[in-house]
Amino acid sequence: MNIVVLVKQVPDSGSERKLDPSDNTVARATADNVINEMDEYAIEEALTVKEAHGGEVTILTVGPDTATDAIRKALSMGADKAVHVSDPAIHGSCAVQTSAVIAAALSQLEYDLVLCGAEATDAQLSVMPALVAERLGIPQLSGARKLTVEGGVAKVERQTDGGYWQLEAPLPAIVSTWDTINEPRYPSFKGIMAAKKKPVQTLTLADLGIDPGTVGLATATSKVVDFAGRPPKGEGVKVTDEGDGAEKLVGYLAAQKIV
Amino acid sequence: MAEVLVLVELNPAAGGPRKTTLEALTAARALGEPSAVVIGAPGAAAGVKDALAEYGAAKVYVAESPEVEEYLVAPKAEVLAQLVASVSPAAVVIPSSPEGKEIAGRLAIKTGSGFLTDVTEIHPDGTATQVAFAGATIVHSQVTVGTPIYTLRGNSVTPEPAPAAGTEETVQVQVSDAAKATRVTDRVVEQKSSRPELTEASIVVSGGRGVASAENFAVIEGLADSLGAAVGASRAAVDSGFYPHSFQVGQTGKTVSPQLYIAVGISGAIQHRAGMQTSKTIVAVNKDPEAPIFELADFGVVGDLNTVVPAATEQITARK
Repeated sequence: MNIVVLVKQVPDSGSERKLDPSDNTVARATADNVINEMDEYAIEEALTVKEAHGGEVTILTVGPDTATDAIRKALSMGADKAVHVSDPAIHGSCAVQTSAVIAAALSQLEYDLVLCGAEATDAQLSVMPALVAERLGIPQLSGARKLTVEGGVAKVERQTDGGYWQLEAPLPAIVSTWDTINEPRYPSFKGIMAAKKKPVQTLTLADLGIDPGTVGLATATSKVVDFAGRPPKGEGVKVTDEGDGAEKLVGYLAAQKIV
Repeated sequence: MAEVLVLVELNPAAGGPRKTTLEALTAARALGEPSAVVIGAPGAAAGVKDALAEYGAAKVYVAESPEVEEYLVAPKAEVLAQLVASVSPAAVVIPSSPEGKEIAGRLAIKTGSGFLTDVTEIHPDGTATQVAFAGATIVHSQVTVGTPIYTLRGNSVTPEPAPAAGTEETVQVQVSDAAKATRVTDRVVEQKSSRPELTEASIVVSGGRGVASAENFAVIEGLADSLGAAVGASRAAVDSGFYPHSFQVGQTGKTVSPQLYIAVGISGAIQHRAGMQTSKTIVAVNKDPEAPIFELADFGVVGDLNTVVPAATEQITARK
């Protein structure tokens, strides 16, 4: 079973994140960059499938050179090798363009199963499995809280409001995972040391046969026109409960005509 | 006037369209004359046509076939792409559910277009407002290629009636084998609730780690029920097993934008703010006066939630 996990490096959602005013793209160079949290669940799921069925887990990352840190983290969890697509022309690409790069890279790999996180914390589109599936003509089983792979068929519980949809499709297929699916392992010391020696293949757009003019900010299918910080909220009222907290709270709601 | 296609999100449990559909019809009017598109199982359009006309649908395209519900996402994107090709709309507006966003993405590739997800407003010049980075940044974006496709975040726009003809047009559905890739073999509802849907509710009451136990979430539910509100939970509460994941508000959970958000026993970590910062009015109850949630709150009570919240519930109930 050959498994490819799509891994994205994102600015840490716990620290301040910005757009770069020079071109309105995500300021990645100055950010605290980390592996996208949800991708760790996809890696864990890939390792679990590999443990049951054998095979190899390959990390696929599209991103600048600094994304190497996210790749090493993924390898230290136990993935076998990585492919890093890095090319300055990719900067500023929209999701539509990025999906073309990912699809081209996947086409050069052998895979039975592609896994990825159900959401990246930077742009929060949650569409990459649909886009990649559309381009490659493979089934999409997105938003999984449970995955089973047996006899060349993937079965997924797609998390929904108050329940789930049971999905089923033949392999090869792409599956995205929520954080309800497993508990990702921590990299062991041995894993961290081993990751340093694992192969990371770097590819450019030329290696993928992609015309640089079809990706990047200049030809992106959507763009940010302008942006601004959220206007600061007016000072709120804060009261300390001295037996009258509930009364004051209900009084406020009444003044707002809510009750 | 330019035609704008609006994909209808059905609500099989309640009958009729989801409120998000009426919001999308309202938002679409900034760009032209909305036409509603119903893609569903046979009979799906019958229960929603009147509401669609009332909220401005000049036409209602009806694409009914069992196959569009039997397979995930791809058939709906395919039918919508065929319709875009035949009517050349000025834009497409889709409610921003997980399925809606995935349909938008596939539609963008099929039609050679760009798409914007989770927009909170669509402007007459075609630009749209989005909220980025946990609500800290407001962005204006634009589709630069093809037919602009927008997914509209729930509760961002107030639905306004604008009666129109709602003329029905039948669309022939021919789902390709390629779109029959992922079969939906079952749809399981695990939690039936009489409370409003979290992302559609006008009031949300959420509990955090401070609630301290699953049993004690009854305090949160009590306040919610007195207000006719939905119940939410912070990630800390969900990770502690106090409340199910499907009610989680924040990053890796739901984004809500109600008229009133009441945060109880929630410190207000940035990951939680991501899911509620755009709420119109924010009220917080927390025993820690330094909790960051108070920076966001229009009204805050520093106190023990176990005394303040039940007393408030009682007083609200008494006012009815």
